[in-house]
Amino acid sequence: MEKFTVLRGKAVPMMRANINTDDIIAAQAMLGKPERIGDRLFTAERYDRDGNERPDFILNQDRYRGGQVLVAGANFGCGSSREAAVWALTGYGIRCVIASSFGEIFHDNSYQNGLLPIVLDEATVASIAAAIERADDPTVTVDLERGEIRLPENGLVRFEIPEERSAALLAGMDELDLLLTRGDALDAFQQRDRVARPWVWEA
Amino acid sequence: MPPKLTLFDKIWNRHAVHQLGDGRALIHVDRHVLQETTSWHAFDALRDRGLGVRNPGLTHAVIDHSVATHAGRTVDSFPPTRDMILAMRRHCEEFGLRLYDIDSDRQGIVHVISPELGIALPGTTFVCADSHTATSGGLGAWAWGIGTTQVLHVLAAQMLLLRKPRTMRVTFNGTPGPGIFAKDLILHLIGRQGVAAGTGHVVEYAGPAIRALPIEGRLTVCNMSIEFGARAGLIAADDATFQYLAGREFAPKGAMWDAALADWRQLPSDNGAVFDQEIEIDCAAIAPRITWGNSPQDVIGIDEQIPAPDSFADADRRAMAERALRYMDLTPGEPMAGTPIDVAFIGSCTNARLSDLQEAASVARGRKVAPGVRALVVPGSTAVKREAEAIGLDRIFRDAGFEWRESACSMCVAANGDMVQPGKRSISTTNRNFEGRQGPDSRTHLASPAMVAAAAVTGRITDVRRLLNQGAA
Repeated sequence: MEKFTVLRGKAVPMMRANINTDDIIAAQAMLGKPERIGDRLFTAERYDRDGNERPDFILNQDRYRGGQVLVAGANFGCGSSREAAVWALTGYGIRCVIASSFGEIFHDNSYQNGLLPIVLDEATVASIAAAIERADDPTVTVDLERGEIRLPENGLVRFEIPEERSAALLAGMDELDLLLTRGDALDAFQQRDRVARPWVWEA
Repeated sequence: MPPKLTLFDKIWNRHAVHQLGDGRALIHVDRHVLQETTSWHAFDALRDRGLGVRNPGLTHAVIDHSVATHAGRTVDSFPPTRDMILAMRRHCEEFGLRLYDIDSDRQGIVHVISPELGIALPGTTFVCADSHTATSGGLGAWAWGIGTTQVLHVLAAQMLLLRKPRTMRVTFNGTPGPGIFAKDLILHLIGRQGVAAGTGHVVEYAGPAIRALPIEGRLTVCNMSIEFGARAGLIAADDATFQYLAGREFAPKGAMWDAALADWRQLPSDNGAVFDQEIEIDCAAIAPRITWGNSPQDVIGIDEQIPAPDSFADADRRAMAERALRYMDLTPGEPMAGTPIDVAFIGSCTNARLSDLQEAASVARGRKVAPGVRALVVPGSTAVKREAEAIGLDRIFRDAGFEWRESACSMCVAANGDMVQPGKRSISTTNRNFEGRQGPDSRTHLASPAMVAAAAVTGRITDVRRLLNQGAA
């Protein structure tokens, strides 16, 4: 997994609530290999039916094109379990999403792929969005080590994520390595379980 | 005195292989089912890291999301997903996994076959890379959807690293009236509480109206837990559950069954167990539900009017409503009933089991699909399709003018070539009414199978209770 330490990039306000996984990447767009999946991020809103960019979509505006931080409405990433929603965001170059809440599976999937989901209260998220919209340059810095988002015009917002999540992101550490180191505990559990609940093991 | 535990607490405690000391635990996975659209990259990663499947015997695989539904379908029927299906075959062979392929008797939508084959059992942990995995919670399993990286974790380590979720109990009281089904109960809950109300919780559905539901209805309720925000929802197993499971292919048999049963009877939440949150729902006054917008919380009764955006106190809801009314091409203040439809879809892991088809057929019987309407039935599994044919449901649907197709996810997720055309309005037994869910620019209304059949034969969104009272035309 790619490390996450300090990210400096354009922030993009998309303050609609309940932006779902199908908005992020529709089922038809996630089929097949993930190469260039970032091109298919937000397909329905980003392109017209002929595949041309819609000028009114925020990522098609020069000010926000190539943004790396998304500032979004509540319940971002609700819907499907598709990890392709995260791959589409990271494929585009977005490494951090700030919202007041997230769809749970998306939230988990983000951490598995080095995408930092930051949860802040609604008023704070709104104030970040406003600061970005106001600024001449919408560039922000997300500093995971210090737990800080540095906004234009010297604005500063602090955030927290669970310590183990932060440690894993900072080190680029994978959960699977941790799971595999507990093989002995698993062996012991399964041995006991075969006696306690033999029917689980029959089929 | 031992602490009072919820059903979920008991399942969690039994499956904690190792506590990390920071609130997280390694949780054993008893059952893992794979579907083709979300597992490909997990297998690639498994191979890249030189790992094998830890417990192939606890793992099943099926092809459901991306396969075509016409008679005589093959892997070539829908070219965009051909490679995905071939990869699934290759991976299952390479790693020694059971695959229920396109032509298998066991093929079907993962959340339909898992209960049907007895793969999901009470008290087990059950995962699949699909957000509707909670469906199997209807049998008393802790069943939840995972991402592709977690598929890799389960394949390689048979465990997941988790922080314990909070618990919520939703108690459904009262007796629903005629024409009200499990789908209406869960849509009512989501409409009342919102799509994020269950986030962070495992939800236990309880109360007399849940107890009175047949198992297939319980599966429907649990299916839409994720639309309520909850990754998992479950219902304590009871005699109806045991009766449903007895004799299923992968359910325990003989002495093993007796031992399992004795154990399963210990699982229901203790009297006095405390939930982090409690919600009560009165079912007596519920009218058939229908969605009007692009979020599953945009729910009204069929006898209500399309809401005006300014009727919502919350600014987010107001903005969403404005956008949804534009997208759905609806006018606030008008009745929902009477809105003309183009497509009626009966299918999906929410509502394509035998009882769903029976409820729809009882409305379609002796009637005709309205001119200009495309109506389809896509059974939830190949077994459901055969059972339905054995009792003549296919005849009823075909005579009425419905298409009768092979089992797959089909028009619920529109990843197999079955799509609602741009701008067309669909009424659907599925679980999501998102923009573009059934195809680019498609418009979806969610409802029960009986409501979808009623709309198919009248050509308009219709209160199914009117047709039930009339009898067949």
